[in-house]
Amino acid sequence: MIAADLNVILPEILLSAFALAGLLVAVYTTKDKMGGLLVWATAGVFVLLAAWIGMTGTGTRVAFNGMFIEDSFARFAKVTILLSAAAVLVMSENYMKTRGLLRFEYPMLVALAAVGMMMMVSAGDLMALYMGLELQSLALYVVASLRRDSVRSTEAGLKYFVLGALSSGVLLYGASLVYGYAGTTLFSGIITTAQAGETSVGMLFGIVFLIAGLAFKVSAVPFHMWTPDVYEGSPTPVTAFFATAPKVAAMALFARVLHDAFGQAVGDWQQVIALLSVLSMFLGAIAAIGQTNIKRLMAFSSIAHMGYALMGLAAGTAFGVQAMLVYMAIYVTMNVGTFAFILMMQKDGAPVADIGSLNMYAKNNPGRALSMLVLLFSLAGVPPMLGFFGKLYVLRAAYEAGLAWLAIAGVVASVIGAYYYLRIVFYMYFGDEKSEQLDSSKGGVLPIFLAVSAAIMVLGIINMFGVEAAAQAAAGSLVN
Amino acid sequence: MDTHLLSIITFLPAFAAVILAVFLRGDDEAAQSNAKWLALITTTATFVISLFVLFEFDPADTGFQFVTEAEWLLGLKYRMGVDGISILFVMLTTFMMPLVIAASWNVDKRVKEYMIAFLLLETLMLGVFMALDLILFYLFFEAGLIPMFLIIGIWGGANRIYASFKFFLYTFLGSVLMLVAMVAMFSDAGTTCIGACDINLLNHQFGSETFSVMGVQIVGGMQTLMFLAFFASFAVKMPMWPVHTWLPDAHVQAPTAGSVVLAAILLKMGGYGFLRFSLPMFPVGSDVMAPLVLWMSAIAIVYTSLVALVQQDMKKLIAYSSVAHMGFVTMGIFAANQQGVDGAIFQMISHGFISAALFLCVGVIYDRMHTREIDAYGGLVNRMPVYAMIFMLFTMANVGLPGTSGFVGEFLTLIAVFQVNTWVAAVATTGVILSAAYALWLYRRVVMGELIKESLKAIKDTSARERWIFAPLVVMTLLLGVYPALVLDMIGPSVAALVENYASAVEAADAAVQTAAALN
Repeated sequence: MIAADLNVILPEILLSAFALAGLLVAVYTTKDKMGGLLVWATAGVFVLLAAWIGMTGTGTRVAFNGMFIEDSFARFAKVTILLSAAAVLVMSENYMKTRGLLRFEYPMLVALAAVGMMMMVSAGDLMALYMGLELQSLALYVVASLRRDSVRSTEAGLKYFVLGALSSGVLLYGASLVYGYAGTTLFSGIITTAQAGETSVGMLFGIVFLIAGLAFKVSAVPFHMWTPDVYEGSPTPVTAFFATAPKVAAMALFARVLHDAFGQAVGDWQQVIALLSVLSMFLGAIAAIGQTNIKRLMAFSSIAHMGYALMGLAAGTAFGVQAMLVYMAIYVTMNVGTFAFILMMQKDGAPVADIGSLNMYAKNNPGRALSMLVLLFSLAGVPPMLGFFGKLYVLRAAYEAGLAWLAIAGVVASVIGAYYYLRIVFYMYFGDEKSEQLDSSKGGVLPIFLAVSAAIMVLGIINMFGVEAAAQAAAGSLVN
Repeated sequence: MDTHLLSIITFLPAFAAVILAVFLRGDDEAAQSNAKWLALITTTATFVISLFVLFEFDPADTGFQFVTEAEWLLGLKYRMGVDGISILFVMLTTFMMPLVIAASWNVDKRVKEYMIAFLLLETLMLGVFMALDLILFYLFFEAGLIPMFLIIGIWGGANRIYASFKFFLYTFLGSVLMLVAMVAMFSDAGTTCIGACDINLLNHQFGSETFSVMGVQIVGGMQTLMFLAFFASFAVKMPMWPVHTWLPDAHVQAPTAGSVVLAAILLKMGGYGFLRFSLPMFPVGSDVMAPLVLWMSAIAIVYTSLVALVQQDMKKLIAYSSVAHMGFVTMGIFAANQQGVDGAIFQMISHGFISAALFLCVGVIYDRMHTREIDAYGGLVNRMPVYAMIFMLFTMANVGLPGTSGFVGEFLTLIAVFQVNTWVAAVATTGVILSAAYALWLYRRVVMGELIKESLKAIKDTSARERWIFAPLVVMTLLLGVYPALVLDMIGPSVAALVENYASAVEAADAAVQTAAALN
């Protein structure tokens, strides 16, 4: 029995072992000089694991009496998480090295965070959920303050830690309420208690607290306050990491809890999620208008995007989950490309985050500007870019679930949001030719990520590279 | 018959754009010239291929022809086709684009990107007129904003930033509401097929029972709501009063070729949308809203004509005159009879030639003097007799002089609306007089009189290139003016079918309402 259980969580075990071994080796040998090597090794392990999970996994397997579930849904999320984390690691290597930030702990912490995220998306129990979440969060708090001698970076780490701890507390409180009223922490047990129309008040409070805790992790309004500061303060590669893999993990966990544990009581949480969604979309769209720092701008952009993903969840249907997964996959791809661009923004070797510095970027770097243009229109949800299809998916899910008002609110917010993406296009293309230009250094692998991401946004509209079918299978395994 | 002719026509310009983007290096004289020639050859080739479609097209068949389809994501289909209503818009687009490229021969700023933007724009515009899938239509419809945004923003005039943002956000807001309605249609009908398949939106009956939302009675039910959502998009695109304000800004700031494309083709997407979606798919909703639209059109015609009278900027004047002429189009469409729809399509085609030519006329003197102020000119006839002749012809066509194509469209739509609503017809007819006033007054101030301004003394008449650009437009304006059957025979059967379906659907809905009332 135990052998079968261990077999199910073999990828997680291997990744943990790799992280610990990497730490040991680095500590006892050359320490930070190994940083570059470890980054590439970790990224390689991520890609191998993703390929393994994605290609060999079939059916649904449950381990440890239902505490750990390995199904299509978990696999879809894990592959997305691992691939995006690998991409961000590779992108960060050069940036970190030139700034003396490439400590050997960095890739190992990312690997441990990845283990936490893999636990989260497979959680079948409130305890397993919390363990995964904390493992992920603790690793993220540390990488946020990776630049120890910078006030901004330590502030970001501390802010993230304090607010994260608060949200964990809220989540735990909700979990204890749910446990108290359901008599079990297993999702499969809770779902038999939490039936539509018969949910007790205590259970309802539990659900709401759980949702509040999870909303913090996906940075949905009104639990978003940490996002802009943490995005701005952290080193840019870390910001890129925050914007991608953890968002997927938290959103997948959200779907897992709502459907596996409270799937029979959709009516009880649908309005809450819908409200989170509409607030996030509007705040993300409006607050970003005044931003001049591109990292803060991307923070608000990600808040808005989480709003759209939540719109899919609010539908409470299998199609809604599928829409959310497709949306997140597209979102992650866009963000990897966008952050590759942001990592290349530097002047005389120092990173620049001011949008104004992009003035007439298109003149010296037409290729990069064009790729970024595609990504920006995709982020804004303008067809024919893939980002539009993500929006189309969630709109359809929301409409078919009877949330037409949410769909209308969503498209109105997308028009407001289009303004600030257009503003970046404006700087890159329409600006004044006389101003100083950013460096057009080679950038190593970054232009490749940027170009590939942009190409996916254009070519993906032909058939989405099969992501659609995978997401459908994943949603089918979660919602029956 | 599954031919790929339409796909070839649509994607040929995009293919050329990719070739330009990938293979053309450098920004010197030779590279610029290569970019221009490649764009000109491609657009001309597209026009020639589209002629095959025109000659093979069977006007008597009211269904979709040259249909081509393929699987696509999200259960959608890539499906293209043309019928009597869309074929002429396709032809208009392919016909105008070589002229647009030729009119841009003097561009010297980022020529490669300029040509890429226009070639992509042609692909997207053609796609709009051919798409037979709801989402595919939306894709082309919206994507056209991107190149146009860049064209105005990069190659536009002094106040281009404001104009480009206003253009983009205004039209984007209109369109996203349409997107929600499209999603609603998708889940209601279970298909996104516009035509040429068994279950399609043209033969699906959308609910028209009156219901109330938060105490407000919605006559015509779902159909009215969907009509309004589509109306938000198409009315902005047309543009109709009172959401026309983006157009003068965009026209004034856009480069000449951009204005030409905007006036000749992009504005027609709104009218085409009404004919493709609003009338046939939501007949009851259209019927409910028609009086409002008719009055809005009448107001547009009179109001924008009056506004045009006081303009100091030539492009702005022509832009307002465009809004007025589009008023005739919406009036004809929502009169919803044979003359009205015939006249509306005719007016759109003819306005395509005439307004394009007028913007080119402004472009000719703008290239020489770099100002669009009417006061800066006067007496041009003394130095530019050929130009004065050409400008004269198109001014008259714009006024709607019999013998030019401008007359036919206005006349047909006025007859049509007279049968439906005499008062609207009476108000709209005063617009014809006003259009004579502003157009002739513009002509007098710019062309006639003594040449007294020093700066104009050395101005040169039209070059051979400019005359070659005007020649096809002159021919088409006169040809359609004296022989409108060229267009009307082409669209007649399809329009007849459209009008007939519309009338029977409205009748059936009225009958249902009366039965329900009798039962109570």
